[in-house]
Amino acid sequence: MNTDIQVSPQEMFTETPIDRQKRRIEGIMRVFLLVITSMMILPLLLIIGYLLYKALPVLSFEFLFTNPKDNMRAGGLWAPFLGTIYLVVVSLLVSAPIGVFAAVYLNEYARENWFTRITNLAVVNLAGVPSIVHALFGVGAFVLFAGLGESILAASLTLAIMTLPVIIASTTEALKAVPMSFREACWNLGATRWQTIRRIVLPNSISGILTGVILQVSRAAGETAPIMFTGAVFYKAIAEGNLFAYNIMEQCMALSLHLFTISTQVPDVTEGIPYGTAIVLVATVLLVNAASIALRVYLRTRKKW
Amino acid sequence: MNILRKKSTANLPFSETAIELFIRLCGISSILFVFGIFFFVFREGAGFLFNGLDVKEFLTSVEWQPTSLNNKRYGAFALIVGTFSVTILAMCLAVPFGLGAAVFVSEFCSPKFRETFKIIIELLAAIPSVVWGFIGLTLMNQLIIVVFKAPIGLTMLNGGIMLALMSVPIIVSIAEDALKAVPDSYREAAEALGATRWQVVYRVLLPAAKNGLLAAVLLGAARSIGETMAVLMATGHSVNIPSGPLSWIRTLTATIAAELGEVARGDEHYQVLFIIGILLFTITFVVNLIADLVIKGIRQE
Repeated sequence: MNTDIQVSPQEMFTETPIDRQKRRIEGIMRVFLLVITSMMILPLLLIIGYLLYKALPVLSFEFLFTNPKDNMRAGGLWAPFLGTIYLVVVSLLVSAPIGVFAAVYLNEYARENWFTRITNLAVVNLAGVPSIVHALFGVGAFVLFAGLGESILAASLTLAIMTLPVIIASTTEALKAVPMSFREACWNLGATRWQTIRRIVLPNSISGILTGVILQVSRAAGETAPIMFTGAVFYKAIAEGNLFAYNIMEQCMALSLHLFTISTQVPDVTEGIPYGTAIVLVATVLLVNAASIALRVYLRTRKKW
Repeated sequence: MNILRKKSTANLPFSETAIELFIRLCGISSILFVFGIFFFVFREGAGFLFNGLDVKEFLTSVEWQPTSLNNKRYGAFALIVGTFSVTILAMCLAVPFGLGAAVFVSEFCSPKFRETFKIIIELLAAIPSVVWGFIGLTLMNQLIIVVFKAPIGLTMLNGGIMLALMSVPIIVSIAEDALKAVPDSYREAAEALGATRWQVVYRVLLPAAKNGLLAAVLLGAARSIGETMAVLMATGHSVNIPSGPLSWIRTLTATIAAELGEVARGDEHYQVLFIIGILLFTITFVVNLIADLVIKGIRQE
């Protein structure tokens, strides 16, 4: 073998054609990927801009606080907006405790065994079930079997089960972030498992749990398919300005379904109203989401351990 | 520590036992719900599934005439083809963008840009499906009419673009996790040998993370298959075997959403819609299961 190839330092550091090609490809790919990535930012801005531009003529406080009029061809969003709030709040009351405690179980109680694996798999699959199948489940289980009829309660329960994985996932993250030594210190003082969870684990992860809960709100507010047949109704007039206008055992309107209705089922809707509905829905969801993100970023900056 | 724990559970006050029971109950609730979903959807559709429905015709015939007076036909083949064709089209659009963005975010860009981009992706994922449907109905509809000179813009292409936009966030976030899971020593070893960033990505990271990337694509596809409102509003809603991106289609999900409101409880048509639900549940369950196994496989390595 001939090992006498002499390379002067100068030659070693000058660029060969291969290096040049390498660098060119690198540059091209970098730009290409940057373009691809920024093309995903574009639709978000474009969509919000487009909706806002089209909705501008109708947007006002009055739009939010008056009922739809003339067979939903005119008027505002009060009944659907309040309905969405009802659905979200009731579903949150159900899914938040179950979701948080399910995560507590998975993270604090469950051992590493096949049963825990199946539970985790169930959470993943629950998240993957199509929304329309949740709707069928809601009809079969809550509307018919449990006899709730088409009501806010039935729709909220359907939404709650659908959004459960969101809360479980983010609560698990939050609980995992609490150092094991915190728990061990508490156990060593003679505290029981629940006392440890109640006094140490939950208080230290409450903000992380909160981000998950907020995320659930945003998911629940935007869903249409699961509530279509379980409790949301095309049209229902309620007293304007009365926050308690709905009864939980009755049907309600919802923003998402209202958008679907006026954009596909109702002819001659006043120009701008569907866009206004869409922008109110998007703004609600995005604001709630932004709150969750802000909370998370804030938490990261002031972590104590 | 185990001894300690056992001792402490032996003489707990009642409230403590109750709360532990409650926690355990919540813990297994997801299992109960998954079974519950299957059970209740199955319960409504079972009667006709075992007694009356020609399953072969259901899966292979293109004749979907559930409301015909004297010739009722329940052939869901066109709906199945519709679902899969729009999903495949969506994946063709979403996968290059999703994986490309994931590579860029995890390997090429600065940490600050990464944070910003992840927030944007999260916001993109938060837009409700009915709003995507509305965009398809208005903006994309007109765009397709102008660009492709099509008579109507509510086509498979329209639905595919909407689904792509909806599944891109999932693909990006899971693919990015998969790339992050590749040990840094791999990157360092490749760079020490003189590889450029792109060579590292192309020769080292993509092969090493291929399972995770596959899972990302599968979960994106599962999302597309299960999506309802966007395809209901944007794909033209006519039962049809598509001949190209500009033909109208109808999906399994859209059929349930459009027809469930018009059927009487317990009749054949109503039960068929629940059978479609079972089919959808099974499809997404299998896809999710595969994705989960693929991800688990990586973790064990």
